[in-house]
Amino acid sequence: MDFVRKDILSVEELTGEEIELILDTADSMKEISHRDIKKVPTLRGKTIVYFFHEPSTRTKASFEIAAKRLSADTVSISASTSSIVKGETLIDTSKNLEAMNPDVIVIRHQASGAPHMIAKRVRASVINAGDGMHAHPTQALLDMMTVREKKGTLSGLRIAIVGDIAHSRVARSNIIGFTKMGSSVVVSGPPTMIPTGIESMGAKVVYSIEDAAREADVIMMLRIQKERLGDFLFPSDREYANFFGLTHEAVSKARKDALIMHPGPINRGVEIPPEIADGPQSVILDQVENGVAVRMALLYLLIGGSRHASDN
Amino acid sequence: MRLTIRGGRVIDPASNTDAVKDVVVEDGKIVELTPGLEGRGQKSKIQNPKSKIIDASGKWVVPGLIDMHTHLREPGHEYKETIKTGTLAAAAGGFTTICCMPNTDPVNDNRSITDYILKMAKEASYARVYPVGAISKGLKGESLAEFGELKEAGAIAVSDDGHPVMNSQLMRRALEYAKRFGLLVISHCEDLYLAGKGVMNEGVIATRLGLRGIPNAVEAGMVARDILLAEFTGGRLHVAHVSTEDSVRYIREAKKRGVPVTAETAPHYFSLTEEAVLDYDTNAKMSPPLRTKKDVAAICEGLRDGTIDVIASDHAPHSSLEKELEFDAAANGIVGLETSLSLSLKLVKDGILDPMSLVAKMSTNPAHILGIPAGVLKPGVSADLTIIDPEIPRTIDIHSFKSKSCNSPFDGWNLQGKSVLTMVEGSIVFEEM
Repeated sequence: MDFVRKDILSVEELTGEEIELILDTADSMKEISHRDIKKVPTLRGKTIVYFFHEPSTRTKASFEIAAKRLSADTVSISASTSSIVKGETLIDTSKNLEAMNPDVIVIRHQASGAPHMIAKRVRASVINAGDGMHAHPTQALLDMMTVREKKGTLSGLRIAIVGDIAHSRVARSNIIGFTKMGSSVVVSGPPTMIPTGIESMGAKVVYSIEDAAREADVIMMLRIQKERLGDFLFPSDREYANFFGLTHEAVSKARKDALIMHPGPINRGVEIPPEIADGPQSVILDQVENGVAVRMALLYLLIGGSRHASDN
Repeated sequence: MRLTIRGGRVIDPASNTDAVKDVVVEDGKIVELTPGLEGRGQKSKIQNPKSKIIDASGKWVVPGLIDMHTHLREPGHEYKETIKTGTLAAAAGGFTTICCMPNTDPVNDNRSITDYILKMAKEASYARVYPVGAISKGLKGESLAEFGELKEAGAIAVSDDGHPVMNSQLMRRALEYAKRFGLLVISHCEDLYLAGKGVMNEGVIATRLGLRGIPNAVEAGMVARDILLAEFTGGRLHVAHVSTEDSVRYIREAKKRGVPVTAETAPHYFSLTEEAVLDYDTNAKMSPPLRTKKDVAAICEGLRDGTIDVIASDHAPHSSLEKELEFDAAANGIVGLETSLSLSLKLVKDGILDPMSLVAKMSTNPAHILGIPAGVLKPGVSADLTIIDPEIPRTIDIHSFKSKSCNSPFDGWNLQGKSVLTMVEGSIVFEEM
């Protein structure tokens, strides 16, 4: 099939076939990263702008490496060093960047919907690298790639997502992605962190981590955001670890071959004990490796080959 | 040790029993409830030198009374009350189970204080004590206390008591977070900004006395807020010491809608009006303040129609250090454990409650709301029970109180009826028969 999208803004807009195509492409891209010379000329002459309004280690490095392995030229702008600090609006900044004819703008922004606002106004392809609490499609794709790689399928699985569901774009994108591919998703966390109506997105809510983990094929832990203490969502790291963090007991309720995942960064000893994060079931670093492959695949599908995104 | 309570009127709302029965207690448990027990088994009991018979004819035998709102002052203010004297007062008042609020020093917002209270209560062993943990750390209204840990240690509910949670976001989160641990959230509904420096009900008496007033909206506004939050979050809300007509109306309407809300009032809110303050009597100073006749009538109606589930004393011991002061400077609160039942029995005399409903509000309902295995008389349960003489005349004498404090506006009141025997797990902890 042809991939004819201009932008990657959310998992919601992708069809199951498109997700399969992206993951198939990523599988073949992964091989490049294992070569002695990790570079192909596919995107030579293409320009990619990274526009990160929020701190990022993994996602930004991953996109940068993905682009370089495909021979694209990259420019990186962060909020603190851009004209935003001089009072320029996001739309003006985007239009100015557009005037320099980039092929892709990769944006991360703390405001949900910011990438959509830009995508409507620029000819370049826009990839959402995380917007507020809304979506993180490349994370969900790399998570699905990892699960498919280990389990051989994305259908009929039970995926447990545990933690601050309310503030997590990773949770939202994965709930949509995994249910779209035929798996069931159960979420768990303190009731203060379960958003109103999450069931409507396809997730089942349970309160205890043991119930969430029961018979799960995948246990995905989310980072507890310490800066959220001020929002009265939980009393302390200690109580969070005691009642909502992953335990060996919870892991024992899951299927024997269950995968332990985490989008990072990890708070060791809070949502996940170090020995589980580093244990045999953990695929946390596989997720990171696959992130590069997924982002190479997306860049290739958006602007690789003869067509240009703006032709669509 | 086998003990038979013979010929009493057994009133047990949980089993819908109101009949003359014998109650047989053995090894701390109720083993039998039978009419005409004399016919069988009596011989063997009489032959048993360890068996005892209590004649309860003309008296009520009811499941041990439960006061879900008291202050035991320990740790921190032992000169006002200790867990020992507080539970002694409970036993004397007919209560076998009480809940104590977290406004101790240090505040009961953590496991070690809850552990301490339970340990002291066990040593005293006059009544069962269920500690209520704090909603916010230090009752400061700034961050959630560790509900999970409090629950594990034995806390039965959470409340910031007389430090109402003014931050609506925190209240919302408390109701949500408490759900995970099955904890009841007890709310002292008071808008502190609106209450300002008020010291008594706002109205003609406050104006005449030159005291700053507290309008009814101080309570009702927060009752409305908390009902809306309980409805939205699904958290279980219990409104403490309801005192105003509007509060009763909001709770009645919320219950009709199926909101998970329950409510209590205290005897002073159906026994007294703001007129009790007329002499600048600091024993009539409390929070919420005594209201008007109209409010008292609404409280009685709320009790009658079931809007108000529970009568709780809000037992708040204070010494002369806090009470023998200018009205403005005096502390809020009165002792109640040893007057609650006699004042509440007046509701039966006045035809507002039948005996069954009164027992429900002082035992069955609080047990149900707290989710504790009490408030019922049937074979197999722990023998926690109270024998009440409903007719005996009683003049309230604050000097006879077992409580360390005697801050009561009811001194010298002539009432009818009181507890004459209190039993916890088969042991008689109070007897005046």
